[in-house]
Amino acid sequence: MPPWLDDFLWTYQNLVHALGINGLLALSMYVVLAVGQLSLGQAAFMGLGAYSSAIMTLKLGLPFLVVLPASCIAPALFALAIGVPTLRLSGVYLAIATIGLGEVLRALYINVDWLGGALGLSGIPERAEFWMIYGLLGAALLVLWLVGRSGIGRAMEAIREDETAAQVMGINLARYRLGALLTSAVLAGLAGALGAHSSSFIGPNEYGFEPAVTILSYALLGGIGTPLGPVVGAWILTLLPELLRGVSDLRLVFNGLIIVLAVLFLPAGLLGVRMRRRAA
Amino acid sequence: MTALLQTSGLTRRYAGLIAVDGVDMAVQAGSVHALIGPNGAGKTTLFNLISGLETPSEGTVLLCGRDLTALPADRRTALGLARTFQTMRVFAAMTVLENVLTGLHPRRAAGLAATIMRTPGFRREERALVARAREVLDMVGLTDRAGERAGGLAYGDQRRLEIARAMAPEPALLLLDEPAAGMNPAETEALAGLVRRISGLGTTVLLVEHDMGFVMDISDVVTVLNFGRLIFQGPPAATRQAPEVLEAYLGHKVAARLAARAARP
Repeated sequence: MPPWLDDFLWTYQNLVHALGINGLLALSMYVVLAVGQLSLGQAAFMGLGAYSSAIMTLKLGLPFLVVLPASCIAPALFALAIGVPTLRLSGVYLAIATIGLGEVLRALYINVDWLGGALGLSGIPERAEFWMIYGLLGAALLVLWLVGRSGIGRAMEAIREDETAAQVMGINLARYRLGALLTSAVLAGLAGALGAHSSSFIGPNEYGFEPAVTILSYALLGGIGTPLGPVVGAWILTLLPELLRGVSDLRLVFNGLIIVLAVLFLPAGLLGVRMRRRAA
Repeated sequence: MTALLQTSGLTRRYAGLIAVDGVDMAVQAGSVHALIGPNGAGKTTLFNLISGLETPSEGTVLLCGRDLTALPADRRTALGLARTFQTMRVFAAMTVLENVLTGLHPRRAAGLAATIMRTPGFRREERALVARAREVLDMVGLTDRAGERAGGLAYGDQRRLEIARAMAPEPALLLLDEPAAGMNPAETEALAGLVRRISGLGTTVLLVEHDMGFVMDISDVVTVLNFGRLIFQGPPAATRQAPEVLEAYLGHKVAARLAARAARP
């Protein structure tokens, strides 16, 4: 790495890490929205990744390159437990089931001393490196792009547009939705582990409903026509509070405002373009 | 001839209403079979039961002797069933070509790994699918529109696109729900030609339609439903004269007067 880049990363490390991690969270939201479902549990999945990885590091002393992939396990299991019963049905059942997830887990983190209780877990070594975060973000973007431009992406868009017609095309709705939710939980879990290992502290209040809405606003602002949209949305919403430090108390108000404005005036998001699949 | 589709005692009850009541219907392989009846006779419900969008309260659906009753709609599509909708349901934001490619979903075999790696097999499959999609667009005369947004097509073109999308995987049985609705006489004429061509390709057609001229023109067999019951089945010419059919459409007074007039020397 050239010295100037090293300096820059060192000075702005927190922000640079946050941009990458929030980009991953935005992609985890994108995958669910791409099959026409709404999840309000992305922060909860992230929390599961954060807590399980912190415990593997602090209590089991495992190396981070083992901890990071293993941090997907807990979120994936929860996604299966919630997704299998709710995704067979059409409608907003997933959204309803995931609203409570963050709060239930928060109560769990607070009341189990082994999980740090209300004080959270501190002293987590800062092992998340720039290359890990951006390597994963780049890989996730690439994979979602390649999948989006294939027949799988066509099927996902068909489900999003018209479930009944998609099913009549021979598309197994439950399988696609569950696959999307699992992918989304894995991405959120990875983001959680990377976040925990770059901030050295995690607390029970970081993964509730409020961050879930923030993650949703990334995708709403950026648009879900391509995977790049939500990432751009995440970057804008992560940089904005830095630029508006004076009004940082109003961050949630801004996020709410952005959701309302995006829904009213930019229903397709800032990057309101569709993925081009094939020059016809 | 063997029955391609056989429904036995097919019944669909809603609270306080029997939409389809014990329908035994056989659709012969290779035929163009019309399903008619007054509004609310249960035609669309019967279509939904056959295509798997609704579950019957009683009865069975067999395709080529295979029991489909417990299978969801997507599995039935994979087994050779296809349908269009009364209210058109093209994927509006997709291009015309992408709509037909989506219809080819049952033909896709490439898995997730092959898709991400863009293996030669994946590329070959995509190329074959696009070639097939263009062939079907050619058949319905939408080749020039392949790259356009499907939602922007004219009404009649969207109907043809829906048929192309359903025909793409070469289904054994195609269900058309009111294909001529909202079409002008010239478009209806062209549609009749298209249905004949589809039939010529070996796909059996079962259609619901209100345009009697169209029905009499293209169908080999007509089934008449009234209040969920099958009240008549036979060739088009016989259907026109069947007293039970006249009564269902016109009421028994008018039907009796017509019968009396026909009986007069």
